[in-house]
Amino acid sequence: MLVMIRVVIPPHLRTLAHVDGEVKLEVEGRVTQRSVLDALEARYPMLCGTVRDHVTQARRPFLRFFACQEDLSHESPDTPLPEAVANGTEPFLIVGAIAGG
Amino acid sequence: MSKVRVLAGTRKGAFILESDGKRQDWNVSGPFFAGWEVYHMKGSPADPNRIFASQTSGWFGQIIQRSSDGGKTWETPGGGPEKSPQGWPMGESNKFVYDESKETGAPLTTHQWYDGTQKPWVFKRVWHLEPSLSDPDTVYAGIEDAAIFRSTDGATSWQEMSGLRGHGTGPQWQPGAGGMCLHTIILDRKDPGRIYIAISAAGAFRTDDSGKSWKPINRGLRSQFMPKEDVEVGHCVHHVAMHPDRPDVLFMQKHWDVMRSDDAGEHWREVSGNLPTDFGFVIDVHAHEPETIYVVPIKSDGEHYPPEGKLRVYRSRSGGNEWEALTNGLPQANCYVNVLRDAMAVDSLDDCGIYFGTTGGQVYCSPDGGDSWSPIVRDLPAVLSVEVQTLP
Repeated sequence: MLVMIRVVIPPHLRTLAHVDGEVKLEVEGRVTQRSVLDALEARYPMLCGTVRDHVTQARRPFLRFFACQEDLSHESPDTPLPEAVANGTEPFLIVGAIAGG
Repeated sequence: MSKVRVLAGTRKGAFILESDGKRQDWNVSGPFFAGWEVYHMKGSPADPNRIFASQTSGWFGQIIQRSSDGGKTWETPGGGPEKSPQGWPMGESNKFVYDESKETGAPLTTHQWYDGTQKPWVFKRVWHLEPSLSDPDTVYAGIEDAAIFRSTDGATSWQEMSGLRGHGTGPQWQPGAGGMCLHTIILDRKDPGRIYIAISAAGAFRTDDSGKSWKPINRGLRSQFMPKEDVEVGHCVHHVAMHPDRPDVLFMQKHWDVMRSDDAGEHWREVSGNLPTDFGFVIDVHAHEPETIYVVPIKSDGEHYPPEGKLRVYRSRSGGNEWEALTNGLPQANCYVNVLRDAMAVDSLDDCGIYFGTTGGQVYCSPDGGDSWSPIVRDLPAVLSVEVQTLP
């Protein structure tokens, strides 16, 4: 089943991807961190490597994943995201950690 | 009339400074890639409108940018949605993966950490981009953790030249204060197979077969921070410069010591002479006088600013040892900026222009070989690199 997911990316990555505001992505199958990021990178290839490592797929250390007022950064990439994200009610947030002032 | 285009990479973006051959009135554009660190930008000698830039961030990693119109517009090669709305290409341009293959890659060893223990190689960023002298689609990248990569498709995809990291001394390499970076790549117009590179802190290396095999070229260097001062590998080389007409003559600003080699790096001798301090980062060679060289002495490795608060470029017209201070137009009181290793460049106009950028955000130009200086800009973010293109 194809669903439309809302994703909010940090301002620097919006500039890089030439987008304003939220990104809307079609995700096929289960909605997980991995499937959302796969869809994000397929739609915006210039973001490859900016959110997760090219090879290991590990989340970059200064980025966090939030949704529905929860910190999902340390969840497995294959854990289903909250239903509100999966049905497009709530966005999946990719947030730069506050570091360095 | 000829023009110059100065490419300045800073802690918070890139800037392009353009002037006619008089180099008095400047047009400043930027910031490009605002908010990102731009470690280096350099134009292709084969096509001056082709410029490559290394855009990097502790948050988002490495981005390679490319311009085909002299810096007016930029793209991420192979990574733009405008490329193929139906079948998007993958963003290979930012992908630097060490070669671990049995066929071409040497075993991925470890390197030395600050405390002497061994650590695995981990990609951090691109410090330096060196476009080919003849092909606008070929460009070399010097990266941290130290390795050299090459692209032959306009920076769309990158392959490690793994002979360097695999030649055997890798476990002795260690990071300098700025990380374990490959910061200098010098191509030889007379011999396309020859490339010089330098790494902090490993030393200088040379290939004579287009990167298949490499050898350390550090004989004569001495470094007090190592148990054995004259070891083959482990020296903190800050920068190396070469005049294109004399590819066997190299000048080096080491951590401490200004050095010279007349035999392609086989042997080095110190030419610090009467410099007030021989610590520093930049070194460059006059475009038309191969024995005229420039450095900016910095007080010490613990005090990264000019001695006595006076910003002085030193020029030697004898290839070292005898140096004169160049101060006309430079601040001679209360100046405590640094000039980083890739932040000096020379143009090739008849009256050779010398340029350098500071961590205080100034980019200075001397249109007369160093006799007089004036700031092109005073208030940029900290300048990481300066390159200049001389345009018809």
